[in-house]
Amino acid sequence: MSAVGAGPPPRDPGQPAGRTRVFLVDDHHFFLSGLRAELGEEFEIVGEAGDVDGAVEGIRHSHPDVVLLDVHLPGGGGRTVIEAVHRDDPEVRFLALSVSDAAEDVIAVIRAGARGYVTKSISPSDLADALRRVHDGDAVFSPRLAGFVLDAFRGRIAGPVDPELDQLTAREQEVLRHIARGFTYKEVGRRLHLSVKTVETHVSSVLRKLQLSSRYELTRWATDRRLV
Amino acid sequence: MVAGVAGGLGERFGIDPVLVRTAFVVLSTAAGAGIAIYLLAWGLTHEPRPGETVVRLRPANQARPAIALGLIVFGLLLVLREARIWLGDGLVWPVALAGAGFAVLWSRSDSSERARWAAARRRFPGNPLEAVFAGRISFARVAVGALLVATGMGAFLGGTAALAALPTVLLAMAVTVTGLGLILGPWMVRLTRQLTDERRQRIRSEERAEVAAHLHDSVLHTLALIQRADAPPEVTTLARRQERELRSWLYGRPDGGEERLSSAIEAMADRVEEHHRVAVDAVVVGDSPMDERAWAIVHASQEAAVNAAKHSGAAQVSVYVEVEPDAITAFVRDQGKGFDPADVSEDRRGIAESIRGRMRRHGGSAVVTSEPGEGTEVTLTMPLESA
Repeated sequence: MSAVGAGPPPRDPGQPAGRTRVFLVDDHHFFLSGLRAELGEEFEIVGEAGDVDGAVEGIRHSHPDVVLLDVHLPGGGGRTVIEAVHRDDPEVRFLALSVSDAAEDVIAVIRAGARGYVTKSISPSDLADALRRVHDGDAVFSPRLAGFVLDAFRGRIAGPVDPELDQLTAREQEVLRHIARGFTYKEVGRRLHLSVKTVETHVSSVLRKLQLSSRYELTRWATDRRLV
Repeated sequence: MVAGVAGGLGERFGIDPVLVRTAFVVLSTAAGAGIAIYLLAWGLTHEPRPGETVVRLRPANQARPAIALGLIVFGLLLVLREARIWLGDGLVWPVALAGAGFAVLWSRSDSSERARWAAARRRFPGNPLEAVFAGRISFARVAVGALLVATGMGAFLGGTAALAALPTVLLAMAVTVTGLGLILGPWMVRLTRQLTDERRQRIRSEERAEVAAHLHDSVLHTLALIQRADAPPEVTTLARRQERELRSWLYGRPDGGEERLSSAIEAMADRVEEHHRVAVDAVVVGDSPMDERAWAIVHASQEAAVNAAKHSGAAQVSVYVEVEPDAITAFVRDQGKGFDPADVSEDRRGIAESIRGRMRRHGGSAVVTSEPGEGTEVTLTMPLESA
């Protein structure tokens, strides 16, 4: 699966500072060492952890730019890490990854504050691109995540609606649909006659709504799809 | 007798609180309308508590404390009778009997339940006789409890009615009991069956969740690793297929029987991947049951995906399906070499016509957009009659 935004990689190499500092959190040893090997060249790996406590402590200690975070972790799961770290340090950015495509897991970790979600079968170059995007403050939506979000915001809701948070604008829906169809941000921009920056703004706004809306549908939707 | 009461109370704290509570209720009921007796019972139950709670015995034999409690109640009743705080033999004794039966019935459901659980826990190393025995005991207890209640009721009615009317009273009771049995019997049988089914369902789903968690942690990870590694394409495809299959088992609808559009699209993607060595990413938003129109969408998008796999040269095909109240829309897209629609080969046009024809027959439409070097996208639209 390609993360959206996968295109020709070089995204402004003219940044002055050194390499992006990345912290890896995954309880699968093999996977962790694979990640280290793949990302080590472009990124500075400042630490690793295999459980919630180790991750929270390590991240506090090393202040990474981006944390690559497994959704499923012993000791409470990825969302616990995000919540704990953001309490003291809201600047740390998280990119969630998992083998699971269970909608409620993904939505939960995004609502906790992750800036994006990719699956573990993502190709190394797409993963590097996603990390770069999260570091730049953008949101990373895979087609599947876009589908989940569209699903979550479907339908009308009973009771008071906060249009600022509880509904997607027609434009945002259009952008998400294109992402779900497999277009990169750049392609979406070209098709909708928007700049890439505007596409990114729309996606970030969707992310914000997803994180802040207390929309009833979101919870009900998650329960409807609960495993077994 | 007073010493017996004290001894019984002393033992009491080692037993099941449910039993204690039941006995307490029985006691106050047996004391009838006498509020003083009620308060006296309260006083007696409170007094020894501070010293005794430390010794929380759990006797192996549930019968002993129950008998002790019965003795307490009986003793208290005798004392009260002597003290002439009494509403009359015709009232108190039947009530006490019925209360005892009630207590037996209640403690039965409690302890037999526990015995059954204990037996289930020990099933593998333990002996099956025990489970049977527990069942037999519980049956005996029902019989004894019911008999006590019935006798109590009979004595009450017999005591208040004239002696000559006793057969009539007994007949009336029998008729009432039979009637109640006829009314409540089937309902209770159904209720019991439902409870059993529910429990079985719960155990099954717990087991399933456990298996799912394990598979998720181990197998899905391995499959993801294979896909990331530089494995031969066949291996990667196999890993993808297995992952998709496992995922649909893990996160699919639990009933599984009835096919829905989302699962049909997933299955379609799976087929195309298997036969054409191309990765197919399917995203479905919303869902609908399968009907002719939904099948038309599934088949048309399969044709489009196969077409992309054969001709575009792309390694990946994206399928996006959205169900809205008034229409189903599907997009099948590749990032392959694309083509100039004005200048297409005969077989390609044939496929486009077949897709279009299929959609049209069911009231829908298909649009193919492509440009050399820009990939191809097939858009399928199927309007639905809004209900």
